[in-house]
Amino acid sequence: MRRGVALAAVAVAFAAGCQHPQRGPRAGPERVQPHTSEPWPEHLSEWGLFRAADATLEPNPGVLPYDVATPLFSDYANKLRTVWMPEGTSAQYDAAQVFALPVGTILSKTFSFDARRIETRLLVHGERGWVALPYLWDADGTEATLEIVGAIVPVRSIHYVVPNANQCQGCHEQDKALVPIGLTARQLNRPGQLARWERLGAVTGLPPLEQVPQNALWGGGEGVERRARAYLDANCAHCHSPRGPAASAGLDLRSSTSEPRLLGVCKPPVAAGRGAGPGMLYDVVPGRPEASILPYRMRSTDPGVMMPELGRTVTHAEGAQLVEDWIRQLAGRCD
Amino acid sequence: MRPSTVLCALLGATACRTTPAVKPDTDFYRRVQADLIRAKAGDVVELPEGKFVLDRSLTSVASDITIRGKGMDRTILSFQAQEQGAEGLSVKGDHVTLEDFAVEDARGDAIKITGSDGLVIRRVRAEWTRGPDTGNGAYGLYPVNCRNVLIEGAVAIGASDTGIYVGQSQNVVIRGNKAMKNVAGIESENSKQVEISDNDVTDNAGGILVFDLPDLPVQGSQGTRVFDNRVAHNNIDNFAPSGNIVASVPSGTGVLVMAADDVEMFRNTVSDHRTLNMAVVSFQVLQRPIKDARYDPFSERIHVHHNTFKGGGNDPAGLLIKVLTLKVGSPLPDIFYDGIVNKQKLAADGSVPEDLRLCIHDNGDASFVDVDAPHDFARIDRDLAHFACAHPPVAPVTLAGIQ
Repeated sequence: MRRGVALAAVAVAFAAGCQHPQRGPRAGPERVQPHTSEPWPEHLSEWGLFRAADATLEPNPGVLPYDVATPLFSDYANKLRTVWMPEGTSAQYDAAQVFALPVGTILSKTFSFDARRIETRLLVHGERGWVALPYLWDADGTEATLEIVGAIVPVRSIHYVVPNANQCQGCHEQDKALVPIGLTARQLNRPGQLARWERLGAVTGLPPLEQVPQNALWGGGEGVERRARAYLDANCAHCHSPRGPAASAGLDLRSSTSEPRLLGVCKPPVAAGRGAGPGMLYDVVPGRPEASILPYRMRSTDPGVMMPELGRTVTHAEGAQLVEDWIRQLAGRCD
Repeated sequence: MRPSTVLCALLGATACRTTPAVKPDTDFYRRVQADLIRAKAGDVVELPEGKFVLDRSLTSVASDITIRGKGMDRTILSFQAQEQGAEGLSVKGDHVTLEDFAVEDARGDAIKITGSDGLVIRRVRAEWTRGPDTGNGAYGLYPVNCRNVLIEGAVAIGASDTGIYVGQSQNVVIRGNKAMKNVAGIESENSKQVEISDNDVTDNAGGILVFDLPDLPVQGSQGTRVFDNRVAHNNIDNFAPSGNIVASVPSGTGVLVMAADDVEMFRNTVSDHRTLNMAVVSFQVLQRPIKDARYDPFSERIHVHHNTFKGGGNDPAGLLIKVLTLKVGSPLPDIFYDGIVNKQKLAADGSVPEDLRLCIHDNGDASFVDVDAPHDFARIDRDLAHFACAHPPVAPVTLAGIQ
């Protein structure tokens, strides 16, 4: 049986046609080993989050994989997200904010291209607040090592950037403190997911599901407005919200925002520099995506212009297209 | 393929020796970034002497630290190979001191500091080495949402918006710096209790700007002292990307107050600006719609005294200003006032209440005009006697927790 699995792993690696055949991750502890203070484990395997099963990561008992409604774009990387909480604890539901998560919580996000794992980012709720720990996988996928300064990894035709530990706070920040982003009601409210969390005791205080806000599913069949707003919520609002790191810009791109000006409609840029784009006067000009700064910056890959500032090196054409479609169907004018 | 590469291919290898590909110094990045991540309260992150080429931002989030080089001309962080990051150096955290190094050629802003209480920037240079270029980053030294900020002995060159800029901040001292060849030399925007003194501001498109702008979370620009500055021949072309507010500043503007309140400008030497040595205006001169209900577009309680003006006004830039020259005559006067006031605050006799007036006195032989913009230039007034008043001094800035 073991041999069969190994063969299958090799077969999967070859089928992916990649130059980095992925072995199973190195065997670590079979249960999660929480850490809430320094020193942080040098190797990802020491956390005991994943089982050394095959070329894919298999979460250990208690490690709960989850998905979000509309993901943050990260150069088309595939992402495996997991959450682990100490036994007997759970996330506290909140309709608007990120769920409150107990000390000891370990969130993981593993980024891979084709079958090749590149990095696993941990957000750990330590004794003194949240800590970001980027682990960089070795070429054959057996182990990931803590790499606080990040890395630039050639993958496909791009220079994929693993952010450094300080840069994590560039996005994961509310009121100047490092916090998780994606674990909000509207992002976790995918078909069946929150009900499953409740069954597993992973969330408390969940109201009847029809009362839980919901972001549109990426790639789903909802209307343009709902999908575009979900996209902006997931890709921009972690910074562009009143308590986020880009609060000074005066935008609030959360799904819950209704004031057009805060969404950028007819709002002039303030400190955008070259980001303002050639001859563009407003972030969003109703009906005119080609005159709107917001999609201009989404399509750019110039570090001094592009939005988001971090986390991508290529344009998310589908995301930009969606936002342009939304702008095109907005009514009104700016002058 | 970039055009230069094509050119190289056509001309042969020898033609390209002058522009070798810049190789990033990855070891330096890893070492310094690791130091910044591990830095704890009380630490000094030392930057060695030398010029180091970086391909991504350096980021610091620790409080109570110092980042120190060997001198602004001896420790140079060059971002000419930058592939990632919206600024050269990104800083967060309270009680942070940056001193004795340079950031060159960042793709976006050179040094951006967000939300810091207790920030010192001393003898730091931010420069785009090719000189004025629309493709340069927007800001050289860029504290935003900060409190208790001291910037002294710094140099800012080539920013496509502003060399030394402070935005949405409180308790700020900007003294003894040099700003040149930027679109704007020094700007205070939507900030309170700001001192701009003893700076050399030359050869920008605009010298010193004190602005209050709409659509920002922090509103109001109050309590600014601008004194003992040398503001001279800021006459280079405005090379800001279009669409930015600063792109509206006419080349050849010395000191410009727009929509700010409680501004005291004294003992400055302002000379040889082709358009205007000094102007006090409302945001309405930009003729942009104002949709922010909280916003106050008027400049109120402005006090101009004991300044020295020289030359200028002889070659105004911008179509609007040229039209204005037809009405006002050439050269344009030293001090320009648009005359736009908040009608809702006028006294029963139609006059501006004493405590909101523009007051001008003891500026040598400075010339002046109030163009009466609200009435289509009907009553152009050049008589400084109509503005002979004084406001109580704006209180000096007290920086908490900074020597």
